Parts: sequence; C-alpha cells; structure tokens
Amino acid sequence: MIEAVGPIKRKFAPWDDPALKPFIRFENVTKRFGDFTAVDNLTLDIYEREFFALLGPSGCGKTTLMRMLAGFEQPTEGRILLDGKDLSGIPPYKRPANMMFQSYALFPHMTVEGNIAFGLKQEGMDATSIATRVAEMLELVKLEKFAKRKPHQLSGGQRQRVALARSLAKRPKVLLLDEPLGALDKKLREETQFELMDIQMELGMTFLIVTHDQEEAMTVSDRIAVMNHGVIAQIGTASEIYEQPASRYVADFVGDINLIDGKVTAVADGVATLRCDGVDATIVAEAGPGGIAVGAEASFAIRPEKVQIAMEPPPAGTPNVLAGEVWDIGYLGDISVYRVRLAGGSIVKATVANLTRIVERPITWEDKVFLTWPVDAGVILVK
Amino acid sequence: MAERRTRDVKPFLGKWALVAVPYLWSLLFFLAPFLIIFKISLSETAIAMPPYTPVIAGVSDLWTKLSDFTFDNYVFLTEDPLYYSAYLSSLRIALVSTVLLLIVGYPIAYGMARAPKSLRNALVMAVILPFWTSFLIRVYAWIGILKPEGLLTIALQGLGILGPNEQVHIYNTEIAVFIGIVYSYLPFMVLPLYAALEKLDATLLEAAADLGCPPTKSFWVITFPLSLPGVIAGCFLCFIPIVGEFVIPDLLGGSETLMIGKTLWAEFFNNRDWPVSSAVAVVLLIILVVPIVIFQNQQKKA
Repeated sequence: MIEAVGPIKRKFAPWDDPALKPFIRFENVTKRFGDFTAVDNLTLDIYEREFFALLGPSGCGKTTLMRMLAGFEQPTEGRILLDGKDLSGIPPYKRPANMMFQSYALFPHMTVEGNIAFGLKQEGMDATSIATRVAEMLELVKLEKFAKRKPHQLSGGQRQRVALARSLAKRPKVLLLDEPLGALDKKLREETQFELMDIQMELGMTFLIVTHDQEEAMTVSDRIAVMNHGVIAQIGTASEIYEQPASRYVADFVGDINLIDGKVTAVADGVATLRCDGVDATIVAEAGPGGIAVGAEASFAIRPEKVQIAMEPPPAGTPNVLAGEVWDIGYLGDISVYRVRLAGGSIVKATVANLTRIVERPITWEDKVFLTWPVDAGVILVK
Repeated sequence: MAERRTRDVKPFLGKWALVAVPYLWSLLFFLAPFLIIFKISLSETAIAMPPYTPVIAGVSDLWTKLSDFTFDNYVFLTEDPLYYSAYLSSLRIALVSTVLLLIVGYPIAYGMARAPKSLRNALVMAVILPFWTSFLIRVYAWIGILKPEGLLTIALQGLGILGPNEQVHIYNTEIAVFIGIVYSYLPFMVLPLYAALEKLDATLLEAAADLGCPPTKSFWVITFPLSLPGVIAGCFLCFIPIVGEFVIPDLLGGSETLMIGKTLWAEFFNNRDWPVSSAVAVVLLIILVVPIVIFQNQQKKA
C-alpha cells in the first residue's frame, strides 16, 4: 500500500518576491589587498532562511567576501548590511553571525563540551542554560558520548561535528560555513551535506556556505553565486545555473560540458544558427543571454547527458547531427561516458544511463556513431 | 656467512657507541666531580694542601675507614643561620627574578610571534645577539650604568629628573641584582615563550572573536593557556640557574645581597673550608633536583 503523500513542499523563492527585504546585503563591496583586488564592486542580496552558496575556484574572492561578513576583513569600499543594519565598524565579537572554519579551529585545551559552551559563556548565559544548550547541540550532531574528549582524541568527522555544534550553539542569525566539508572523505561528505540541510531547515537559520565543490553547492543550497575574479558570474538556483549558464565560464565551471566554437549565421525567435567550421556542422540551438548577433563568434554548449548517441544514421531533416567514431568509453556503473572523435579531430562527450544489466554494451570502440540532440538541449553563448 | 655476521654486528655496536657518548660525557664531567665533592663534604677540615683530611687513602682501607665518614658538615649547615638564610634568600631572589623575567619576557615574545614573518628571524637574532659578547663584560657594563656617578645618574641629571648633586643609589643593592639577572637571563625566557606563541594558530583567536570573545579576554582564555608549555620551560630554565647564580650578585649586589653562590665561594676561597663548602654545594643540588625533575616531566609531556 502506498502511504498518503503529505503536504507538498511549497517552493521557497524569497528572491522572486519584490516585497521582501534582503537579510544580508553586500552593497558595491570592493576589497583590495595592495594591488590585488579580491572583491570588485560586488552587490549581492541574501534572504532570510536561505541556504546560499558562494562557488568559485580558489582566489575568486569568495572567502574574502565571507570574512568581511564575519568582520575579519573590512571592505575597502562599499558596505555590508545585516537585517537592515550597517555592519561597518562593528568588531567580529559583536556580530550576530557565527562561522564554521575550514580548519575547524577547535580550542585544543578545551573539551568538546568546553568548545561548544565557549560562545554561550561569552554571552553571560547561566550555567544551567549552558548545560542544557550544550546537551542539545551534542544530540544534534550525535556526539553525546564524546562530551569529555579533547579535540585531538576525535576523528576528522567528529571534529567537523564539534565545529558545527560550536558555531550553532549561539543560535546565530547567520551561519557562515567556510569549506566545511573539505577535509572529509566522499561518503561522509555526502551524508553530512544532507544533515546540514536538515539542520538548516530545523533551526530556520540563514546559511552562507563557501565552497569550490560544485556538487556540494548544488546539493545543499537554495541559490548559488558563481564567482570569478572578485565578481559574480551568475546567481541562480542549482538547476538555473546548470541548465541555463549565463556565460562560457559558468557553463565550463559547473558540471561537465561540451563546447563547440563557431560563427552565428542567423538569429530568430531566440533560436540561433551557428556555423561550426571546425567540426564541419551547422548547429541550431537556443540563444543564451547577452545579445547574440549575426556574425558574432560564439560557442555552443551542451551537457554530455543531453547528447544522444546512435549507430544508425538519423532520418533526413534532423536538425543537429554530428558524425564520429567512438574514441574512448568510461564505464562508471550507473552511466557510461562515450568520448566521440569528430571528423575535425575534436572530442564530444555523451553519457548514457545504463538501464539494463548487460556486460557487453552495443556501442564499442571504433564504432561509427551519430550524435544528435533537440534544438532546446543546448545553448549558444557569446565568447 | 662470516662476512654477513660482521655486517650485522657493526651497526649494532655503532648504535651503542652513539648512545654511550653523552652518557660517558655526563659520567666524566658531572657524576665523577660530583662524587669527589660529595666525598670531600664527608671529610674533616684540615690546614693542609688540599685543606681537608681524606677519609679514604686507598682502596685497601675502604672498609675500615668507612665508619670515619662524618655528616658533621651537614649538621653544621643547620646550626649556623647564615646557610639557611642564604638558601632562602637565593630561592626568594630566584623566584622574584623569574616572575620579573616572565612579566618582561612575555610581551617581547608575544610581539615577536605577532611580527610579520619576514621580520621574525631578525628579531630572534636580536635576542641572541648579546651572547656574542662575554657575559662577564656585560655584567661589568651594568656597574658603569648603575654606580652613583654612572651613566644612569648622568642621564637622569641631564633630563632634570635628578638635581645636580643627587645620585642614583642602586648599585650594591638587591635592585641591581634583579636588573642584572633579568637582563642576563632574558633570552632564556623569551626564546621558549616565542617558540610556544609562534606555534599558536591565529584562526583560534578569530574563532574566539567570532564566538563573542573580545581580544583582551581571548588572550587570557586562549593565548595564555596555550602558551603554558613555553611559560613553564622559560621559568624553569631561568629559576634553576638563578638559584646558584654567583657572578651577578657578586658584582652588582655588594655585601648586602646574600646568595648561596656567594656563600659557597666565600667558604671555598676565603675560609678555605672545602668540606663545608662541598656540603653547601651538595645541599644546593638536592634543593634543585625537585624543580629539575618537575621540569623534565613537563618537557616529556609537551
């Protein structure tokens, strides 16, 4: 028997509501270290109860942005507002944000309990309330048995939990997570990601996470800001960023992608035609943002899972067809990755879900194959 | 086969030779002299050369003469108040100096550890630099500064703090001894403190601030507790040798300052009472064994 379905989760999208005021606002924030501009005139709104991710390669300014919110760095220009209040001049120990450090920064001379209680003691909370809150936090991160241990007597995963409990203990308005799961192995990381989401929903706090791991950002967050050289390349939900990348940079940084360069020959109703001399093909696809004009140099971007691979030639009149030869096959269990070499020598990746239990796949090395995809499967982006 | 056996034996011997060197060194230059001193402390004073009656003349009468060993010298130490007041005075001066050294040394070490990385080695060098001059010359230099007509008086007169006929009377007082000791032992306090503070992870202080702890408080709850191994090392490295210090109280302290090192010297060279001064030395060592053992245990833990 199938259980009755509970109330359907309402779509959480405060950023689409013009009446709502942002909870955290970075207003034209610039941060320079000597000649180096870490954050460049950046404006960003984050809403209450949002799980927001700053994603980017190292050196893109994401950590600097977070450290400015925590108060460890001062913006060179611009200001940061939290709940409508300007944070400039407020020292870190008076800000209502708590941070979970990448290195965890647990106090080595204190027990797990002592670490979690530290922030509460600073508030001047009485001993019984502290004990209750610490017990609550230990339960939340499932470390009840380790209360009396010192950090060096814990495993990496346990230390990560203590750090999380310590940063949550004060019930901050905003929790800042600086690469919180970077030191964990893959399995533990995945588990912890879902736990983080549960905790965030349970406590109803605003979470800001900094990560270079796009899978992590996509799993946990409501919205992602992809950063590059101190500016935001794109803000959106995980699926917006993945399916509708605003630029070549975002398309390339988030997920796997095939990029084919060409020249725009026609644009009509948001659909552009791209002549790709390199692979001797004409591609018809959706035109991305940024004004695609006839004659412009552009790239066609398509995710490997949206490319269909077949042995038989498609019927005449099919819009996008590339012919090639199977160059490499990567069998990953759930999917297989085919690297197909086109006539011009360039490689296009296509992934196929392995839906049947067979050992010998029909398509194999050196097979002549045809790659096809519908007009809306990819996007044409200006360079 | 034979060749192989020698190859096995050689590194084994080599290892033991390596371990034996420091032990032999200690045996030769510490344990043997100590046993000689101990033997002298059990003998009687005589006006002779050397100025004591050896209890044992040779191995042959070892057993017959064993009963002649006397603890009279040790009993004498308890009877004359000069000795125990000298011991107490030494311990007091060492304790006060160590506290002063900690108060002076901690900010220096803290400043060094917080200095830009490129500067730190130069600062460590600056702390070690005085060792390049003779210790004795540096202590003598303090006489020139502290004596009534010395540089300090001249400077204070020049600044108008002292009248033209006034003088600073620090020389030959305990204050001069404290100045001399703090100056001379400062590197021994600063270097272990610096080593401990330099290791301190700065993100711990950020974490403390993030959790609502202002900087002055985080110094006492984070920085200081984590630098305790350095504090302990520095304090013992200063305290232990200061107890037996002779040169500084002798040159700067005058007759007013009573310290066991001076008493020992006077007993040895002025009174030529080798047995009693040997007893003084043995008791001093026994007193110092306690802090040395504590220090060793702390070092093992750290």
